Amino acid sequence: MFRVSRSSPSFSRALSGLLTLFVLVVCSPAQDTFHTETSSGADRIRIAVADFKPAGADAQTGSLKQTFDTTLSSDLTAAGIFDIVSKSLQPQATPGGPQEISLAQWAASPSSAAMVAFGSLAAQSGHVTVQGYLFDAKNTQFPQVLVKQYSEEATEDSARQIAHRFADEIIFRLGGGIPGIAETRIFYIKLGGGNKEVWSMDYDGANPHALTSLGTVSISPRVAPDNSRVAFSSLGRDGFQIRMYSLLLGRMVTLPIAGGTNLSPAWSPNGREFAYSSSRSGDPEIWIADSNGGSSRRITSFHGPDVSPTYNPKSGAQIAWISGRTGLPQLYIMETDGSGVQRLTDGGYATSPSWSPNGQFIAYAWNRKYGPGAPGGQDIYVMEVASKRWIQLTHDIGRCDFPSWSPDGRHIVFANSASGRAGDTTVMSMLADGTQRHALTGSGADMPNWSWK
Amino acid sequence: MMLKSARWRNLLTTAVAVTAMAALSGCHKKASGVNPATLGPTADTTSATPTATISADPLSIDLGQSVVLNWRTTGASAVTIDGIGQVPVNGTQTVSPSNSTNFHLVAKNDAGGSTEANVRVTVRVAAAPTAPTADASGDMGSDAAFHQAVPDAFFDYDSYELRPDAQQAATSAASYLASHPSIRVVIGGYSDERGSAEYNLALGENRANSARQALVTAGIAPSRLRVVSYGKEKQFCSESTESCWQQNRRAQFSLDR
Repeated sequence: MFRVSRSSPSFSRALSGLLTLFVLVVCSPAQDTFHTETSSGADRIRIAVADFKPAGADAQTGSLKQTFDTTLSSDLTAAGIFDIVSKSLQPQATPGGPQEISLAQWAASPSSAAMVAFGSLAAQSGHVTVQGYLFDAKNTQFPQVLVKQYSEEATEDSARQIAHRFADEIIFRLGGGIPGIAETRIFYIKLGGGNKEVWSMDYDGANPHALTSLGTVSISPRVAPDNSRVAFSSLGRDGFQIRMYSLLLGRMVTLPIAGGTNLSPAWSPNGREFAYSSSRSGDPEIWIADSNGGSSRRITSFHGPDVSPTYNPKSGAQIAWISGRTGLPQLYIMETDGSGVQRLTDGGYATSPSWSPNGQFIAYAWNRKYGPGAPGGQDIYVMEVASKRWIQLTHDIGRCDFPSWSPDGRHIVFANSASGRAGDTTVMSMLADGTQRHALTGSGADMPNWSWK
Repeated sequence: MMLKSARWRNLLTTAVAVTAMAALSGCHKKASGVNPATLGPTADTTSATPTATISADPLSIDLGQSVVLNWRTTGASAVTIDGIGQVPVNGTQTVSPSNSTNFHLVAKNDAGGSTEANVRVTVRVAAAPTAPTADASGDMGSDAAFHQAVPDAFFDYDSYELRPDAQQAATSAASYLASHPSIRVVIGGYSDERGSAEYNLALGENRANSARQALVTAGIAPSRLRVVSYGKEKQFCSESTESCWQQNRRAQFSLDR
């Protein structure tokens, strides 16, 4: 019933693990017949991540190695496709290279690793050099899977970035050829002093920093597929307008001002256009403009609010969005020319769709029992577009909104407020089956958007 | 001969008397059933002039309130009320005049007769503007005076339709704008904290536009009106209670300086 596309067998295998968990973990009363064709179960690969061997004379080595070890281990854990060997079960050794490792020791119980990541880190005269290895512990003859060497300026950030890159290499090699996400970024809104500014952080919450300082309310940041620009909506004298921040120039770039309220930009996968909501005609409708804000054309024409478009990143030919044309906001899809409108949700209050990178799913926020005095909360759901079957990913953790898929389609970042108050909102990350949920920020962070690569 | 003529005279006299008696008695019997003297002229009068009455309840209203017009006619085939147009011969209609109005009813029949009836509805203009009327320099007066005269329009949950009280607020705004021609207004659209930020901004836009449309319908030039949606980004009240949510679901009229 919930068929996983066969177009990418390795991806299917990777996703099947998650989907198996969907079945095991999720008990949604309306959808209890949910199962997968491929749930025969590819086991997660058991991998041991050795502490790297410190080499080099600089005093920085220790702290950089600490950062590197922590980041690498955390990246591989967060990937969601590994069974990580607990540090306490690992051999005491810190092999710095192929000559120093005894693979049998790592393959044996209790670590029982199938794969071992190890290597060395040296800080020498202002540079940090990392030798990274991935060995197949069960293949005694040709164990080497991966060898990488990195050299960067000796900073904490470099150590973290090197760990991200090495982790992504391992994930790419073992995760069915899907690029890892350890080098991706998350754009979000930071609340402060009554204003909201656009911020950026690494995918794991490290390195948060402000992009804009406009001193007003900016919302809905959406990064371009090539990471060149961030589109968002900002409150000015003429109400909310689409604004653009160039990540290449490090400053705002000009877009034409349209009439009415202009909201929720969403990039097309080729980066040449963005869809957004504009009320220049007196009613909020979905429009599409080129990446410089010109050549606007209207896609919807039905009375009532139309907002929050998101492109199908796989085809670029469909848009999911939220419309209040029949009352409470519901999730719809259509072709990018406005034809073929289909309603996907059957009630409640649905908002903030995000289309999965493989085009198969739409994540969205939904309050299925919305209404004055009604029980229930706003949670994150994933719907399979073809079948309109859905699963609920969050339960009883307060108000959830703004899900956004990671480029590998294995993770979803979202905004969560346990108290329901806007000021308490944090950015959370989880696997696409709702497990491994953890906060990336403190309170006062909202509307996350995961970069495309 | 003489005898003969006398007999004829007698006969004639008798005949005349009998005829006269018969005629008199006959006439008298008919009159006791239907009196043609009253029947005829009355029928004639109906075809010449219909009757008509019109009343209004109440006769005097505040601006934005409505009155029920009630009219009755007899003998009319076509009834019109100025400002409303052709109406049924008997009927009621609810109207909300924006200023004191003389409702003038004309009832006509096929024969060309007509009757008129009138009722005057007095409209009391609420909160007579105390702020100095704007002069040529473009002075808009104080915000306080403006907000005193022009209340905000409030909305139901997830709705952008003007309720009767919101309609009244829009009417107040319209009359204030009509009497202060140099004032420009920005209409802010707001929503409560529930639901999504993006959707609430669109909803706020629709709310502000509903209020704007009411002003335009009331004759205010669109160029004097500007709409800005704030969604749930600017809250008037921050408690999670229905009374607070209601305060936040509004279209606010402010001077556009």
